[in-house]
Amino acid sequence: MTSSTPPILDAELPGGRQLPVNTVLRGAEARKAIRSAFSSPVASLVVVILTVLWTIPTLGFFLNSLRTKSAVYGSGWWTWFAHPSFDLSNYHTVLFANGGEVLPLVNSLAITIPATVIPIFIASMAAYALAWVRFRGSDFIFFGLFALQVVPLQMALVPLQRFYSTGAHIGSLTVFPALHLEGSLAEIWISHTMFSLPLAVFLLHNFIAQLPSSLIEAARVDGASYLKIYRSIVLPLAKPAIASFAIFQFLWVWNDLLVATIFGGTDASGQPVTARIVNLGGNFGAHQELLAPAGFLAIIIPLIVFLAFQRYFTRGLLAGSVKG
Amino acid sequence: MTASGDAPGIVLASTAGQAATKLGDVIGVVGGFLAILLIIFLVAERARGRLQRPIAIVVCVGPAVVLAMAGLVIPAINTFWLSLTNTAATGQKFQIVNGKLVPVTTKFIGGSNYAFAFTDPYTRGTLIRTVLWIVIVPLLTVGVGLLLALLMDRMKYTSFFKTMIFMPTAISFVGASLIWELIYNAPVYLPNGQPGSQTGLLSQVVLWFGWKNPPDWLQTPPGNTFLLMVILIWIETGFAMVVIAAALKAIPDEVIEAAQVDGATGYRLFTRVQIPMIRNTLVVVLTTVTIMSLKIFDIVRTVTNGDFNTDVLARQMYDDLFVTFQSGRGAALAVILFLCVVPLVAYNVRQLRRQRAIG
Repeated sequence: MTSSTPPILDAELPGGRQLPVNTVLRGAEARKAIRSAFSSPVASLVVVILTVLWTIPTLGFFLNSLRTKSAVYGSGWWTWFAHPSFDLSNYHTVLFANGGEVLPLVNSLAITIPATVIPIFIASMAAYALAWVRFRGSDFIFFGLFALQVVPLQMALVPLQRFYSTGAHIGSLTVFPALHLEGSLAEIWISHTMFSLPLAVFLLHNFIAQLPSSLIEAARVDGASYLKIYRSIVLPLAKPAIASFAIFQFLWVWNDLLVATIFGGTDASGQPVTARIVNLGGNFGAHQELLAPAGFLAIIIPLIVFLAFQRYFTRGLLAGSVKG
Repeated sequence: MTASGDAPGIVLASTAGQAATKLGDVIGVVGGFLAILLIIFLVAERARGRLQRPIAIVVCVGPAVVLAMAGLVIPAINTFWLSLTNTAATGQKFQIVNGKLVPVTTKFIGGSNYAFAFTDPYTRGTLIRTVLWIVIVPLLTVGVGLLLALLMDRMKYTSFFKTMIFMPTAISFVGASLIWELIYNAPVYLPNGQPGSQTGLLSQVVLWFGWKNPPDWLQTPPGNTFLLMVILIWIETGFAMVVIAAALKAIPDEVIEAAQVDGATGYRLFTRVQIPMIRNTLVVVLTTVTIMSLKIFDIVRTVTNGDFNTDVLARQMYDDLFVTFQSGRGAALAVILFLCVVPLVAYNVRQLRRQRAIG
């Protein structure tokens, strides 16, 4: 930053930079100065302690997955530090024995990918129209969708299940035919899409509504149709918000147990990895040594997704809540 | 299902085949969905003149509204009706025919299911525990999250700490439950009553501190409910911290400067300037975590399955609806859950309206 008035006296900062001493600090400089003035060893210590506390459970879980069966039964995971071991046989057993965890992992992907892609488009279309093609009732629909997050998932499950298997009727008149999707993953995809809409439309609307109106008006003047504007302007520009919602939805669907249990049917070959682990705990309650590797395999994919994209994750969540 | 006698290679090959088929199907479904969408757009874009606007609105908003009606609004109304019916009475009002639920007869019984929910001792315990969850978990989560955000706001090189604390957010409730079972494992005793080699960290830690006979943690009420809450707090604190930290960053620098000029430092700067400025964010985080605590299901189901006096509303409802088929009673619990969330979301909607009016 070049200042028009030359500094009278310069002081040396720790970073080796020169800063005028008797000018009022502004903006980022001021924040930095305040921050360094207040940062204390106690604060750092508290942060470090909490971080260690927060990390211990996951670390212990990971170390336990590397230990042999007898070690898991005979002692706690913290003895790993005294007797380090890198036994991968439990991973091998989990992946390939008793039906294996390979297929459940694939099932989880097969559930998660469509259940993430489909709501992105349906919600972003709705968010665009509610923000830029304002019409009578658009406010009502927007707030209505947002308010629908009050409906607990559990409340929708039984009627939805019946709807899938028998369709919708008023008296003897069939309003909507039975879909007959039993056993396929379609019920799970559709259910996740429905349940994601309140949050998805809300997050994407916050972002899309803040796009510069000049862009959209210019396109209108050039004769672009409303739908063309969505396709060629809104969709590309909304990428950051879409990315954040996609990560959120990916984690949510991947980690879901309830919807998959209800709509996934009883066929074990269609189970996602979360259901598989619950069964592993039930059927092989004695096989404690398998739970850690099974669980770690299940969290590794969301962890990779999360670590790779965590910047977007927070950015999108913030679109609505920070403002004001 | 392959027999255990098969060679591993055959099992592997068939698994790979199944996996490839499934992923192929997925690509087909996603591709098909996008293709249909594109065709609809290309056709609808040809509309010009007076029809253009209504067609665009129907194409864009229609799918979302139809899905929300079918998946949320109609089921909610349906559940409300179900909660007034006798499908609770014997537990046999649903028949399973070809793996499907088929209702036998339905009779209107008014508020009996609600009366049951508030008088049955087991259900009353469930309701009390649910209230404890929605009071304790949000307060501690937001409290610790706020503390971390404030401390880190004044620190450098925080990204590693933030990532480690935020990481549990990516872990499923089921995974988290398994992780915490390693902490909560029951203490191991030798035949002579002396503590043996422990497998649970909590038991080991209290032994180190001199408590000679710790109980079986997860089977001892009321403490076990609090131990389950710790799992949810562990998961959600990172979320609270990150959102609050971003709100702190969004406070205009001029405000901080002005406060500093006025002599506000350290603690006073937090309480008088920073916290009031992020009040809205705190409320949003608090309501989000409250709703999540209210709906908590996976943790209780995986760790204790509601036994040993740990049951909560969403878990008991699952049993009523899908295990014992007392649908009327389960639906009544669902409606109670629904009524608990309404004020929170109503408050959020009011805030949102104000924002939308200003913005």
